[in-house]
Amino acid sequence: MMENLVYIALFAPLVSSLFAAMFGMSQRKTFVGVIASLLLFTSFVASATLAVEVFTTGEAIAVTMMQWIGMGDLYIPFGFVVDQVSVTMMTMVSLISTIVHVYSIGYMDHDKSFNRFFSYLSAFVFSMMVLVMSDNFAGLFIGWEGVGVCSWLLIGFWYHKPDQSREDNPSISPSWAANEAFIMNRIADLGMLVGLFILYWNVGSLQYDAVFAAIPNLDQWILNGAAIALFIGAMGKSAQFPLHTWLTDAMEGPTPVSALIHAATMVTAGVFLVIRANPLFAVTPEVSYFIAALGTFVAFFAASMALVNRDLKRIIAFSTLSQLGYMFAAAGLGAYWIALFHLVAHAFFKALLFLGAGNVMHAMHDELDIFKMGGLKKVMRPTYIYMGLASLTLAGIFPLAGFFSKDAIIETAFNEGTYILWIMLVVTAGMTAFYSFRQVFLTFHGTERYDHHEIHPHEMYKFVLIAMSPLAILAVIAGFFKGGFETFVTSLLPAYHMSEHTHHYVWLLTAIVTLFAVGGILLAYLKYNKGLERNEKLENSFIYKLLANQYYIPRLYEEMISKPYAMISEKFWHGVDLKIVDRTVDGIAHFLYRSGDVNRRMQTGNLSHYLNWMAVGAVVLMVAAAVTAMIG
Amino acid sequence: MLMKTSKKRRWRIKEETVMENFLASLFTFQGFAFYLFSFLTIILFWITVMSNNVLYAMTSLASGMVLISGFFFILGADFLGVVQLIVYVGAVMALYSFAMMFFDATREIKEKNTSGAVVFVLGGLSALMLVLMFAAPIHSESIQALYPMHEGVGNAQDVGIVLFTKYLVPFEVAALMLLVAMIAGIILAGKKMDQSLTEMMDEDAGEDEILTQKDEK
Amino acid sequence: MIGLSHYLIVSALLFSIGLIGVLRRRNLLMLFFATEVMLNAVNIAFAAISHFYNDLSGQMFAFFVIAIAASEVAVGLGILIVLYKKHGSLDLDDLATMKG
Repeated sequence: MMENLVYIALFAPLVSSLFAAMFGMSQRKTFVGVIASLLLFTSFVASATLAVEVFTTGEAIAVTMMQWIGMGDLYIPFGFVVDQVSVTMMTMVSLISTIVHVYSIGYMDHDKSFNRFFSYLSAFVFSMMVLVMSDNFAGLFIGWEGVGVCSWLLIGFWYHKPDQSREDNPSISPSWAANEAFIMNRIADLGMLVGLFILYWNVGSLQYDAVFAAIPNLDQWILNGAAIALFIGAMGKSAQFPLHTWLTDAMEGPTPVSALIHAATMVTAGVFLVIRANPLFAVTPEVSYFIAALGTFVAFFAASMALVNRDLKRIIAFSTLSQLGYMFAAAGLGAYWIALFHLVAHAFFKALLFLGAGNVMHAMHDELDIFKMGGLKKVMRPTYIYMGLASLTLAGIFPLAGFFSKDAIIETAFNEGTYILWIMLVVTAGMTAFYSFRQVFLTFHGTERYDHHEIHPHEMYKFVLIAMSPLAILAVIAGFFKGGFETFVTSLLPAYHMSEHTHHYVWLLTAIVTLFAVGGILLAYLKYNKGLERNEKLENSFIYKLLANQYYIPRLYEEMISKPYAMISEKFWHGVDLKIVDRTVDGIAHFLYRSGDVNRRMQTGNLSHYLNWMAVGAVVLMVAAAVTAMIG
Repeated sequence: MLMKTSKKRRWRIKEETVMENFLASLFTFQGFAFYLFSFLTIILFWITVMSNNVLYAMTSLASGMVLISGFFFILGADFLGVVQLIVYVGAVMALYSFAMMFFDATREIKEKNTSGAVVFVLGGLSALMLVLMFAAPIHSESIQALYPMHEGVGNAQDVGIVLFTKYLVPFEVAALMLLVAMIAGIILAGKKMDQSLTEMMDEDAGEDEILTQKDEK
Repeated sequence: MIGLSHYLIVSALLFSIGLIGVLRRRNLLMLFFATEVMLNAVNIAFAAISHFYNDLSGQMFAFFVIAIAASEVAVGLGILIVLYKKHGSLDLDDLATMKG
């Protein structure tokens, strides 16, 4: 029974994807979306049941579907394990996917590639399920690659949009953004593969239990190497610096895609990897500290860029990047269950934020510039409430979910004695509050800055709003389950408790963080509540420009990496491929042609000549026979 | 013979033994007949190949074939010798004679000078190689006769037994092939062979009653 | 004594003579003569081997060679006649229409 649930949870998205794919070339049909959502809901129900089962019995459920590779010493099965960590991810993924599918029925209703969208979306969910449910690193990698491909398909969903210059659109075009995402992921995957190779070479198996059992016996530098390599893979998937530019460009895709992939699921796969492989990272403290430091840096870095951005979705993307940094900070400092808790809570409110942004975009006819919005709370009350709630959670205000999860991370930083990280995280919390509410106020409060004749904003369909409600509810109440979650998950993950020293200061720490958060909100209120006052001097100052252009990093990549690489590729194409390879092949053909031409002269049409040649052949054979007989 | 001795010199057989062997065998009937026939055959075939006159070439060819049947008789293949005489000398040479009549044979054949060097080099080389190969001693321990000759039975009977039992299918097929060759020869050489003879007679018949009666039948 | 080698050498020499003729002759009819020489040489070899190994297979082969030679002559001469009617000459060099 339990195995069947595992298979249902795993394969229902695949069935949904295949079903939708059948109508890929047809016109939009609503029932495709409905059936896809129903199938995903089935997957959610199965995951939830499994979660209850794991919670009550405390035991993991392992199934091995079939053997994949059995070659010599290499044995990799298609095996799945449902333990506390994976069932948490499964439930979260399937819930958010179901909600996003229902949302998409409403959001994509004007799009003519409606059916194709559901096919891709469900395929993505299937890959993600494979990723989290797998019981070996190879299956994880399959899911890893699968989500990468589906992400590419989905970001480049509107592939027919032409390229624009960087000034008009920093992401150039959906196709370009999709390629960038995929290529960056691929570069990181190289690191991941190296890590897998290192593990396999030294352990002889890629199964989680086998690898973790063998860790005490391995050399420190092998462990360090494997940890670094695996983290490089995680860096690509979770968009850590320097492989972070694709995440903001991925906003070229439809909003449901951003909500599902770039808030809740795919980008958290990197964190999931670190959490899953925690025995490995626990014994490599230098690598873990590096992870934590990098995470903190990214959190600060991304928040700084979100302070001045004008694009609705891009601000939310930066905030995702920032929160991922928080998760890595927690994981790097050893508080794996806290990282997982923040992952799940963040998924809920970030998805809610993105979906709300989608509502706004839908109402404003795909306008993204918040400088051109304003005063929408009069016409879009439910969306305003949702986004306001999500922003409050993001800012970390008691008693919403974000407070519990983010605060835990900040406390961890203090607990570990890494005060620099602690200060940076606290300041980032303040910045987070500021920019989220800047966005809320500029969009919903103040004067209306859009053209009333062109745009008539209206609220989204009722069923979509109802579908978004579970996320809102969870964003509010999830924090209260922190204790239960801790006991649940730490049966598998290592426990992490705050020291006595920290307990002493816990009220003070909480007060400091809340102060920064509330301060941020107040600052945003004062500046933006009445409307937008543009400050030319500020906007042209060096720092503002630096932040607005993402520290010119995309430009840097283009100049230093893309262009030289393109040049080298072209040289290789002309110099090597055309000149050498093609010439060789053509040369062989020419040689045969010419030799045939020369030998053609043998055909004189004169019988006597032919007879001469026959005699020559016979004599040659006889001589050869005699010679070999004499030698042999 | 001189060639033979020089070849044998290469194989380092003493010249004396060779000459002795030669003279000894010359005085047996078989040996004498063999050497005579081979000498004559070689000369006659050389004339066939080198002569410019068709008549001379044909005559020497026919004579050579007669002598070859002589070879067969020495070797105890009586039936084969007789068949050689009847078929080759009798039929084939007759055919060639008719062909000679067809083409004007009194003219001297004027042939473009072939490069004698190439021809003689090739021919000489092949002769050399073949003779070398055949002059070497043959190791014959492992060779078994497929259809051994029966003692006390004449050669013709022996051949008959094998031909009509073991070689029956090739025999019948050869017969069919000869039939086909005959028809082919007739068609190729005859005049107006693409028209039916009976139809031609129909046109010419006219009032000839006997012919028409014959046709009706 | 006259051994197998003697007969085989004679056969080899006659074969080479026939080969020289085939290579040298330009007139098609004379070419046929040279071919006949080669066939006869081979027949001698067959008969000799048959005699010295006490095997009738050699004579059988020689027998069939004769049969085939006969039919070959019949058809060959027929073709020769048609060629002569068409081209008016039996010289090889005039018949080189298959020049590639």
